[in-house]
Amino acid sequence: MSDKPKFAMYWAASCGGCEIAVLNIHEKILDVDANFDVVFWPVAMDAKYKDVEAMEDGSILLTLFNGGIRNDENAHIAKLLRRKSKLLVAFGSCANEGCIPGLANLSPVEDIVNTAFHTISTDNPNGIHPQISYKMPEGEIRIPTILPRLKTLDQVVDVDYYMPGCPPESHQIAAVIDLVVQVLQGKAELPPKGAVIGAGNSTVCDECQRKRNVKTINSFNRIFGQAIDPELCLLEQGIPCNGIATRSGCNARCPTAGAQCIGCYGPAEGVVDYGARLISGFASVINSKDPKEIDTILDGIPDPTGQFYRFNLAGSLLKAGAPAWKKNGG
Amino acid sequence: MTNNKPFEPVIIGFTCNWCSYRAADLAGTSRTKYAPNIRLLRLMCSGRLDPTFVFKALANGADGVMITGCHPGECHYLEQNYKALRRFQLMRRTLEGLGVDPRRVKLVWASAAEGAKFAQEVTSFVEEVRALGPLNWGAGENGRVAEYQSTPQEALA
Repeated sequence: MSDKPKFAMYWAASCGGCEIAVLNIHEKILDVDANFDVVFWPVAMDAKYKDVEAMEDGSILLTLFNGGIRNDENAHIAKLLRRKSKLLVAFGSCANEGCIPGLANLSPVEDIVNTAFHTISTDNPNGIHPQISYKMPEGEIRIPTILPRLKTLDQVVDVDYYMPGCPPESHQIAAVIDLVVQVLQGKAELPPKGAVIGAGNSTVCDECQRKRNVKTINSFNRIFGQAIDPELCLLEQGIPCNGIATRSGCNARCPTAGAQCIGCYGPAEGVVDYGARLISGFASVINSKDPKEIDTILDGIPDPTGQFYRFNLAGSLLKAGAPAWKKNGG
Repeated sequence: MTNNKPFEPVIIGFTCNWCSYRAADLAGTSRTKYAPNIRLLRLMCSGRLDPTFVFKALANGADGVMITGCHPGECHYLEQNYKALRRFQLMRRTLEGLGVDPRRVKLVWASAAEGAKFAQEVTSFVEEVRALGPLNWGAGENGRVAEYQSTPQEALA
C-alpha cells in the first residue's frame, strides 16, 4: 500500500458523463495519479464493495460522488462512502440537484417500471417484469430496490462540497484538483464546508458576451425557425434562455454558441428555488398588462415544468410532482 | 391521517402594504367576520412576491395561497402589480405541471376601501380549498410527495 492520500469516485443514478468529464482533463489526470492512491472507481478500475467496507472510517481523503439516489444500492454506497471519506463532494448536477434522472419524480414508480418494460418502444415478447428477489437453487438473489423518488446526495447524507454542472466543465475539475493538491502541499486552504466549488458566484449572464438592453418580450419562441441575432441577448429575442438564474462557471458556452442556456449549472448563488427564480424573471420581462394576452405569450413556453426544472426538480422546494392530483383533488 | 378532526385548510395570504393589507385592516376594524384559516403576511407590494414564497408555503404544509394587491392601474409603485399578475399566471401553469391543482393559488385585487370584498374573497377561497381537500405535500417523508407513489415492492410485484 502506498501512503499517498486516497481518492474515490462513484456513480449512482447518472449517465457516466461526469466520469468522461474527469478523463477530459487530459494530462492533469496524471496529477491525480501522482498525488492520490485511487482506491475505488467502478468505471475505471476493478474494486468490490466489500473492499470499501473493509477500509477504516475516514481513510479516503477525497470522494467525488456523482449521480442521484434512485435505489437502495445508491443509498447504501452513499452512506458507506460518507463514513469512509473525509471530504465528500456532490459532483455534477445529479448529485447536487437531481438533474435529468430527477425528472422521473414527475411519475409514480409503477409508471417508470411500466414504461421501461411494457410500452410499445420496448421489445419484450415474454412480458418479463423484474422482481426484487428470486429464489435460485443456490439461494435467494436480490436486485436493488427502486425508491419512491430520486433524492439528491445531500438529502441522504451530509455533503462537504458541491460541484455543479452537467457535467462539470473540465477546466473547473482541473482547477479543483489543483486546489486539493496545493492543500496537500500546505500551499492553500480548503474552502469552508458546504461551499460550492468549481463554479462562479454569479450568473451565466455575467459571463455571456452578448449585448444586453432593457428586456421587453412580446412572444417566446423556439430557437429554430427564426433568424437569431448573433450579438444580442437571446432572452431579448424571445428565446427562453435560463442564464438569468443559472450559476456561472461554464463561460456561457451555450449562449456563446447560439443556443439558450438550459440551466445545467444549477441555481445561482442565493437562489432557493431555481424554477421560482426563473418564473419571476421571465414573467417580469413580458410586455403586456392584459391577462389574455399574457396567456397567449406564455403559450410560447409549452412545458413550463420542463423549462424551469429540467435539472433541478429533485432539489427544488416541491421536490417532485404529484401526477395523481386529477384523480384525487391534489 | 389517523385522527378524525374535520379538515381545516391552512391558507397563506400575501398582502401589499398600500391596498390589500389596508383592506384586511378595514375588515378588522369594521368587525367583518371571515374565515380564520388565512395567515396574512404583509409585503410592501405584490411585485415583491417571489414565486419562491408560494412554493415554500405549499411545500411546508399550506393547502392554498392567496396573493392580493392593488387594483390594476392603482399600484403604489406604478406597475408592479402587473408583474405580480404575470408571475401568478406563469406560476399556475408550472404548478399544474408539477401536479398541484392551480386552483390552490388565487390572485385577488382589493383596494384599501374594500374590506368587505377582502373578507368575502377569503371566505370563498377557504371553501374552494376545503372542497379540494388537504394538499399534504409535506417537506418530509410523510407528505404526499412520498405517499402518492405505491411502495417499490408493489410496483415490482
